[in-house]
Order: sequence, then C-alpha cells, then structure tokens
Amino acid sequence: MKVSSFFKNMKTKNLPDSDRNFREDQELYIENYEDYATGNYLVDNKKSPGNGKQLMFLTYVFVAVFIAMMGYTVYFQLTQSSEVINSSYNKRQDIFSDKVVRGKILSNNKEVLAETQVAWDGTETRYYPYENIFAHVVGYSAKGKSGIEANANFTLLRSNAFLLERMKNTLKGEKNIGDNVITTLDIDLQKTAYNALGNYRGAVIVMEPETGKILAMVSKPDYDPNTMETTWDSLVADNSGESRLLNRATHGIYPPGSTFKIITTLAYIRQFGSVDSYQFDCSGSITEENTTINCYHNSVHGDIDLKTSFAKSCNSSFANIGLLIDKKEFEDTCNSLMFNQKISLPFSYKQSSVAISKDSDTDEVMQTAIGQGKTQMTPLHMAMITSAIANDGIVMKPYFIDSVENYEGTLVKEYSPKKSATIMTESETEILKELMRAAVTEGTASKLSTSTYTAYGKTGSAEYNDEKGDSHSWFTGFAEANGKRIVTTIIVEGAGSGSEYAVPIAGKLFNQYFTNE
Amino acid sequence: MIDLLIELSKYVFIILMGLYTYYCFRVVTKKNEDVKNLIYVKQKTTMFVIHFLANLIIYLKTGDPGIIIFYLAQMAFFIALPLLYNVIYPKSSKLLINNMCMLLMIGFIMLTRLAFTKAVRQFEIAVISAIVALFIPYFIKKLTFLRDLTWFYAGAGIILLAIVFIIGQVTYGAKLSFEIAGIGIQPSEFVKIIYVFFIASMLSKAKDLYQIVQTSIFAAIHVIILVISKDLGSALIFFIAYLFMLFIATHNVLYLGSGFLAGSVAAIAAYYLFHHVRVRVLAFTDPFSVIDNEGYQVTQSLFAIGTGGWFGMGLYQGYPKLIPVVEEDFIFSAISEEFGILFALCVILVYLSCFIMFINIAMQIKDDFFCLCATGLACILGFQTFLTIGGAVKFIPSTGVTLPLISYGGSSCFSTLIIFAIIQGIYIYQKQKPHKKRKKEASY
Repeated sequence: MKVSSFFKNMKTKNLPDSDRNFREDQELYIENYEDYATGNYLVDNKKSPGNGKQLMFLTYVFVAVFIAMMGYTVYFQLTQSSEVINSSYNKRQDIFSDKVVRGKILSNNKEVLAETQVAWDGTETRYYPYENIFAHVVGYSAKGKSGIEANANFTLLRSNAFLLERMKNTLKGEKNIGDNVITTLDIDLQKTAYNALGNYRGAVIVMEPETGKILAMVSKPDYDPNTMETTWDSLVADNSGESRLLNRATHGIYPPGSTFKIITTLAYIRQFGSVDSYQFDCSGSITEENTTINCYHNSVHGDIDLKTSFAKSCNSSFANIGLLIDKKEFEDTCNSLMFNQKISLPFSYKQSSVAISKDSDTDEVMQTAIGQGKTQMTPLHMAMITSAIANDGIVMKPYFIDSVENYEGTLVKEYSPKKSATIMTESETEILKELMRAAVTEGTASKLSTSTYTAYGKTGSAEYNDEKGDSHSWFTGFAEANGKRIVTTIIVEGAGSGSEYAVPIAGKLFNQYFTNE
Repeated sequence: MIDLLIELSKYVFIILMGLYTYYCFRVVTKKNEDVKNLIYVKQKTTMFVIHFLANLIIYLKTGDPGIIIFYLAQMAFFIALPLLYNVIYPKSSKLLINNMCMLLMIGFIMLTRLAFTKAVRQFEIAVISAIVALFIPYFIKKLTFLRDLTWFYAGAGIILLAIVFIIGQVTYGAKLSFEIAGIGIQPSEFVKIIYVFFIASMLSKAKDLYQIVQTSIFAAIHVIILVISKDLGSALIFFIAYLFMLFIATHNVLYLGSGFLAGSVAAIAAYYLFHHVRVRVLAFTDPFSVIDNEGYQVTQSLFAIGTGGWFGMGLYQGYPKLIPVVEEDFIFSAISEEFGILFALCVILVYLSCFIMFINIAMQIKDDFFCLCATGLACILGFQTFLTIGGAVKFIPSTGVTLPLISYGGSSCFSTLIIFAIIQGIYIYQKQKPHKKRKKEASY
C-alpha cells in the first residue's frame, strides 16, 4: 500500500510526453543547449528525454523480484524450515541441548517411550522404559540419533513452556524443559507384534489406512537403546551380519513373493477391465521358453479362475497372467504404485524397485508376475499399497508424530493426516478386496477366518536364494469391524510359507486391536 | 542477566528496524519539508538506539574495553557524515544518507560480533571512502567532460579486468583480486562504476544501430572476461545493468526481450560448458544431496536462517561462524540468524528503498547521460543485493557476491560508497537547476 502510493507520487513527477524518440531529443538538446547549460532548459521546454515509462517498468521488475525473494523467505520459514533445521548436519541443535532438557516421546495414550532423567548433579540420561520393544521406531539418542529421536530432534529441544517461566529460568541460568512429542504408536499393538515375531528376524507394521498413522512398527533383531554407549561399537561392527541397527520395516528390501500378485492382478484389471473371464488349467508348473515356474510344493490347482488363483496363490496361473499383460501396462501399473521412485515421507526409507519394462524378456515377466526376479520392496511400501486397497485407492502418508505439547500438556502443534496419492480407483479396490477376502475364506490366509472381524489379505513365500525352501514368510492385509480398519504387513525372514508364520502374527494383531478396545 | 537482556533486545531490534523501514516509505508521501526532516530525525534516533543496544550487548558479552572506543568512533562517524553532507551539500538526499548509514551500521555490528579485527578494518576503509566520496558530488557538477571519457572508461575497465584474469588470485575458485602494496583489491568493484559510465556515455551520444552494436561489443568483452575469470556474480550484474541501460536509452522492449533470451541461452550454454556452473546449480537444486561439499555453504545458510526463525536467536546466541565466508557472501544469513527473519526482511526493504530512490533520481534528471548513470548504478545495487540475499535464502543459486555496505570487503565498501556519492551528486546537480515552475515537487 505504501509502495503503491509511492509510485503514484513518482508518476506525477514525470512529464507527460515520455515516449519521444531520441533523435528529437538530441535535436532539442542541441537546439536548447544554451538554456540547458544555464539551467533554463527545463523551464522553457517541458520536453524531456522522458524515460519515465521505461524507468517505471524497470522499478516494477525489481520490486517484483525483491517481493518474490521476500515471499520465498517467508514461505521457506513457514513450510520448509522445520524440516531443514532438523537435519543431523545442523550443528546448531547442540546449542539447544545446552539450554533445554530434551522432551519426552510418548505413546498414543501418553505413556512414556523415552524420557530424559536428570540426576541431582545435573547429569542427563535418556531412559527408554520399554527397552528393545520400540528400539527402531523410537530410535536412540546417544552416538548419533535415529528414529523419532532423530525426526523430532528439534521439537524435543524446543521449549514452549510458559513465557514468564522461561524468562525466570533464563535469569536463573537454569535449563528449560523441552516439548513432548506424542506419537501414534500403540503400546499394546507394539508389544503384541514384538512378542508374536518371537526370535525371528523380520518386521511388522500396523497402520490406520484412513489416516496413515503408524500404530506399531517392529524390526528384529533389535537392540536396547538404553545401553548404546556400551554396545555401540559391536552394533556398528556387526560381526554376525545381523544388521541390528537397520529398521527392516522401512529400510529392509525384500523380494515380495506372492504378495506381489496383488500388483500383477491390478495390472490385469487395468488391461482387461475385470477378472471374470480368466480361466487357467494348473498342472503344478508352467514352462515358457526356457523358464519353468512351479507352484508351491508343486501343488496342482486344476481348472481355476483368477479368484481361486489368487486365493490359492497359484504360481503357474500368475506366471501365465504375467504373460497375458502388456509389458507397458505392467510397467505403468508398477510406476503408479510408487515403485522405482522417491515418495515424499516425513522420515527416511529405502526405495523399492521392480525391473519390468517393455524390453523385459519372458523369464523376467514370469518371475516378476509372481514377485520373484529382481523385484525388491520394503514392508512399508507393501503396507502403503495395502492401505490404498483398504481406503478406496487413497494412500495416506504414513506418520508417527501426532502432536507436540509443552511439558505441562498444553498443545503446541498438531499434525493432521495427509494424503500421499490416489493410486487406484474404487472399482479396482473392490475387485482386489474380493480376491483378498477369498484368500481368507477359502485360501492361504484361512487362519484369519473369524466372526470377530472381516479380514482381507495375501500371503507370500519369497525365495531369496537359489536353494529351494529358503523363503521369507509374508503377509499383507487388513481387517475391519465396527467401522474400524487396520492394515498390517508382516515379514518373517527365512521362516518358510506365509500362511504358517506370518498369518498367525496378523491374527494376533487383529485380535488385539478388535477385542481389547 | 545478559541472556535476558539479549532475549528482550531481539524484539526491540525488530520493532526499531521495523519503524526505520516504515519511515523509509512513509517519508516519500510527505510534501512538507519540516515533516520530512522530523521523520529523518526519527530515523536517526532508531538507528542510534539499535547501535547503542547492540554495542552494549557486544561489550557485556566480550568485556573488551576496545568495544567502547570503537563504538564511540562509530558514533562520531555516523554523526559527522550526515552533518558534513548537510553543510557542504544542503540539497543532498537525507533519506539516502540515512539508509547508507543504517546499512553500514548493521554491517559494523555484525562484523564486530563475528570478527572484531575485520570490523575495525572495515570501519577504517569506510571512513577513508566516505571522505573521498564527499568530494564526488562536487566533481559531478564541475567536471563536464565526464561524459566524454567514453573510450577511457572502456579501456580502463577492460584492462583492469584483464589484469585480474591474468595475475589474479584465486579465491573460492574465482579470480577476483590482486594485491598492491599488501592491500587486496577487487577491481571488478570499481570497474562496474566506470562500466556504467562507459555505457551511459555511449548511449547518450547516439542511439543508432551502429552505436548500439559498438556498445554491446564492448559490454560483452567485460562480461566475457568476468565469466572466464569465473566471477559469475559480477558477470551477471554487468550483463543486467547493460540490458536495462540499453532499454532505458532506446525505449525498445525488443532489446530487453532479446537480451534476456540471449542471456538465458548463454546461461544454459554455461551450464553445459563449465563444471563450476553445474556445481552451483546442483548446490541450488538439491543442496542436501551434496551437503558435505558443494551444498555445504547453502545448507549452513539455511540452517542459520531457519534456526533463527522469525525473531532470531539474539546476538551471540547463534552459530553464524559455521557458515563458510559468512562475513562476505553470507552475512545476510548471520543477520537473519541472530536478529531474525523479520529484521532481515526490513534490511531487504531498506535496500529496496535505496533502489527506488536511485530510480527516482534517474526519473527526475533531464540529462540523458546522468539518467543512464543513475539507472545503471541502481541496477548494479539492486541486482547485487538480489544475488547475495537470493543466494543466501536459496531463492536462486548462490553466486558469491557481497551485500553492499554490510559485507566485509574494502573494495566493495569503497565502491558502494562512491556509487551513493555519485547518485547524491546527480541528485544535487538536478536540484540546483532553477526549477521555478517545478519547485513543489523538487525534493524527495
């Protein structure tokens, strides 16, 4: 407003005839040289070089550029700054830990998952009451930071305590108390998942499809974040090759095995419109060119439609489906499901990859269709695709941090669910749901058949080396009851078939969620 | 106790700086001289309060008695400079003088906090430059042959730039300076002034195609030498100044449009031809992917600005020294970190006020040569500010130029003070014409 009145003011100072060409000016200049030299030029001739219009244009350009730059600075501070300054490269974070006692990390019902205990002499210790159970998701805060400890580092080191109290503390030279982070994590579900996975290596994710809230995230083998100072060296050295520090749920990349048949089916639906006309005669294996695909335990499924193929997880049939699908369509479907690309998430993760393209050979197509070959994906990615099926095709951004409060419990900031993408149509999800339901009612996930809730899912047994029988046990699916829905994705490393190892874990989680609330 | 003072001073600084900036724009809507003068006094008051408070904190934090002496010396300088202008050139623009002092002062405060010896050195250079610059408005009026030294300007400029290219010292990958008697001199800072004079002189004489082609060739030689010296920031500034001066002289939008087009093509070519250009662009598009190397500076700058937030960390409460070359190219980030984004935005507005004032003078002057000079100098000041600040906030790729009057750097400080003095000279020259009929709109 000020600026515009300023311009108005400037405009009035310009002489009206502004677009005179130079030659005239030059002539006038010479003509009136004497006046000019004596300073009477302006008085006698109200004719000027008249650059007013052009100079105004120049001014507008610069003002616009400056305002854009200022606007960008404001935009940066409003939207990007909190993420940027939370980077572990920002050494300024250490300044805050000198002035603020690190805040607590709380579960969804505000029980402590991590807190800083201050001894009488001012020594601070970070204490994790649940020890190994939340190891990867909550993370550690000694010898570097990981998990939520890293993601919310800045938040935990900021104090939004009452202003006067903070001033009093500053005056007395005492530390302020940092804000608490309330997570979406559910202690009961996390414990259930942790115990159900037992001594196996692997990962479990539980999330709400409508919101993207992560309710539980377990990765094994694990570590005790309370003892990082003493165990750090051996954890990093990793002589046993266990990768204990790795969060397998977000960073472990596995062959998806039969769980990938969800994606193969989707590509088929996209090409043929429905699954109704498909028919296949399974003889226990299929050979095309030099590739032979066997069904699990060489079972012969006989004359089956797509629904049964899916429910029984018939490899031969799906290798056949892969060959029916146009390679380009297959590739496009994978791309639409966020393979081979970065996903914008509020925490770090490993990118999934699939090798299918229009140049793929028969072997690659057949292997990819049943989730073997070069395909690799994280349990998190599988959970996101599953949650889209449970949520009318919409993937919500998975997140852990629900809100931030000051130490007295006054709300500082609330995080709302954010949509990540719409990756399927509602009619596509309807077909997939029907198939995933069939896997429960008449197929490989029949252990989830109960009247307490309605479960949907897909099992998988992913071979991870050439030796027969070495396979990861997968389950991905969801269950609903009384209008509530949760998604879970489970991988049990080297355990064998999905229906035997992963499905019971899902059963325990669903029971926990639907019966204990 | 000091911590509490610092915490409270943050808000005082922002309010005072906000007021100062408000006055910068408020004053131009006033016609009455007395009202204007009152506003100028108010501006000076806010300036001196900021100055006092900042130095008080610096003294309490460092306990160095040298700070008191330095503070008093600065006080004397900031009182004497406007007074001298007032006595010698009663018609000089007080707003420009205030802005000049304000920016210098912010520079001194920040440099004292970052590196005391550099601040003292900067102050010495500023005093000498200000004294030299005090004569310039007089010469602008008297030396009527200034407009006829066309080829001297071009020759001197190109030779100076060529010398830097041949014997220059490499700083951060670019050849910028050479030493004379132990003093590092960055000639491009001075060449940009005579470069503007060259173009103004050429285009005020004639505007036919032959003249334009001739001017363009010699302007291009300047730019090309700067590009091969890897001084991309200066090259851009020279290019933009030339383009707008040509536009103002010819009134032909086509020149501006085709100039920008050619510039864009050249920029794309430079991207593919020069490794260091690609590095800068990468550090801009994805600094976090190269955070340990090329992106280090920009990310440190963003950390500083972001951590400081709207209100800043408070003097001595941040870690501005983590940013490489913070005193020169990234001083804006240091200001933003400790004084806050709101304060920093006010600093941008003060530069904008200077720019608009320069253009306003270009509008009022009826002499083509001086009009073009003022336009060119305005573009240089405005665009240089844009490059530095835009680079610091990652609005554009960082080009490594200084923030006029605030950054540490003798050549930059000296040349900017000369630019301000030239503008004052043109302003006074224009006002001394007996504008009987235009008296009411005579002053700004």
